[in-house]
Amino acid sequence: MSTVAEATRTVERPVSRGRWLRRTPLGRFITKLPFWLLIAAIFIYAIFPFYWAIRSAFTPEGELFRTPVDYFPKHPTLANFREALSTPTFQHALINSTIVAGSVTLISLAIGSIAAYALGRFRFRGRSAVLYLMLSMTIFPQIAILGALYTMITRFHLYDSLLALIFSYMIFTLPFTVWVLTSFMRGLPGDLEEAAYVDGATPLQVFYKVLLPLIAPGLVTTGLLAFIAAWNEYLYALSFIQTPNKYTVTLAITTFQGKSGFQQPWGQIMAATVIVTLPLIIATLVLQRRILAGLTAGAVKG
Amino acid sequence: MQRRQTRLGWLLLLPALAVVAFVAIYPLGKTVYQSFTNQEFLAGIEPTKWVGLQNYRDLWHDTIFRQSVWETVKFTLITVSFEFVLGMIIALVVNSNFKGRGAMRAAMLVPWAIPTVVAAQMWKWMFDDVFGVINDAGVRLHILHHSVAWISQPSTALAAVSAVDIWKTTPFVALLLLAGLQVIPRDLYEAADVDGASKWQQFWRITLPLLRPAILVTLIFRTLDALRVFDVFYVFYGNRPDTQTMAIYAQSTIVSDGHVGYGSAVSVAIFLIIGLFVVIYVTFMRVTEE
Repeated sequence: MSTVAEATRTVERPVSRGRWLRRTPLGRFITKLPFWLLIAAIFIYAIFPFYWAIRSAFTPEGELFRTPVDYFPKHPTLANFREALSTPTFQHALINSTIVAGSVTLISLAIGSIAAYALGRFRFRGRSAVLYLMLSMTIFPQIAILGALYTMITRFHLYDSLLALIFSYMIFTLPFTVWVLTSFMRGLPGDLEEAAYVDGATPLQVFYKVLLPLIAPGLVTTGLLAFIAAWNEYLYALSFIQTPNKYTVTLAITTFQGKSGFQQPWGQIMAATVIVTLPLIIATLVLQRRILAGLTAGAVKG
Repeated sequence: MQRRQTRLGWLLLLPALAVVAFVAIYPLGKTVYQSFTNQEFLAGIEPTKWVGLQNYRDLWHDTIFRQSVWETVKFTLITVSFEFVLGMIIALVVNSNFKGRGAMRAAMLVPWAIPTVVAAQMWKWMFDDVFGVINDAGVRLHILHHSVAWISQPSTALAAVSAVDIWKTTPFVALLLLAGLQVIPRDLYEAADVDGASKWQQFWRITLPLLRPAILVTLIFRTLDALRVFDVFYVFYGNRPDTQTMAIYAQSTIVSDGHVGYGSAVSVAIFLIIGLFVVIYVTFMRVTEE
């Protein structure tokens, strides 16, 4: 810490040019300009590829494959969306992905919240060992067990079925759910719980009547993150699914085929891209604050 | 009471532990076991038998595997360093107070919310050699003399996939670093201002040292993620030999070729390589802490 004398000396230091830049509106604008340019650059960098997908989705095929490129569609059309949505593989894929991601999320939340209750509200030997196990599982490389999963799934006759995906996706959704929900459980105050015990509630009643409602926002966030992870998965889907009508959205989007066969139908692919992504983006933006909290709980608290 | 809590605690953990054991721990053990056998997917060609270290000996001399390791390590070094530097700049910018900060943060979540496979498709179209916006903008702004075949040309292939990963992940890195920046007390900077320290000095003397835990966690997570990269490369190049990553090599050995035994050895090798990076990071953390 410095003395008052030193402080006044540093304040007096700026020269007249600096004062002009800080005092007049134009001066202030000039000093701030690089900052705003940087902000604009970051904003455009983050948004542009998605904008480009949207503009390509609304551009008719004829304008899409033409140079020089138009930066806005001149004759916006919904044709690409119609085409994409009428493709049977893509229709199936939307349903399949919803089934898979939905079931994985629900199962993970059910099992995960019970485990989080034990890990977050009880004190017992081996608790931190389990927590570390779950944490190490969240960074577990999926490719490391592909060989065994492949033989297990064929042995159980699950190959080329959605069950294979529901089963194998648990490996990344469950440990993550347990870890994040535990941090939510830990954050709850203890007095409500104690009051319930005094009233003669059993631990299970405390769990679903007192604690579960309290961490409902946490369940929504964690559920959304698990859903996104399952919705986005590609490696296992590619390895365990063969028939096109069992494709998930990631498989469908990478295997889109045009009618002509030799030019990739980029307009339709981009329309499909927007359809698949828009719900995730909207949900993410609505739950923004919570998601940030959930992500940092999952990643930084380690 | 204590004993009852212990019993109930384990009872509640049982379902989660059973699932983890069944989908992760047992398969991991089984993969290790398979890596010592000559198992093939199409059974009946040859009976599966124990071959000891044979797969690992073959792997040591496998030039395709070696190349895939090198490709993955290059990708990891490129993406993690870009994401870290860009992410740091973005985090510092967003951490200062300005109008529209909320909108900015929302915009940063967009790349994160887009599935990797979808992001790869979007960029593949942007990289198109004839109708792609990157070539068009590059030529219009006189950065490029003529259109470039970013994807099919081997010299730009790695840069092209890296660009997708950097775009998708930098905002996330920035958000993690931002979370770290926000817990640094403001009065430290005020005191430094009073002492006449420049912004540059403040960054090196206050921000970086206090941000160290957040930086290390971010780097570890990013490195581990980059080492197992699969989606972007596969969407861009399939299993084209010159752009195979370790994960693609393992997947195509197991699934496309059906060499389950050998592919399992590749998987185990990937696991060990990733483990090696973890050990390096953790030792580095310990050393610098002292």
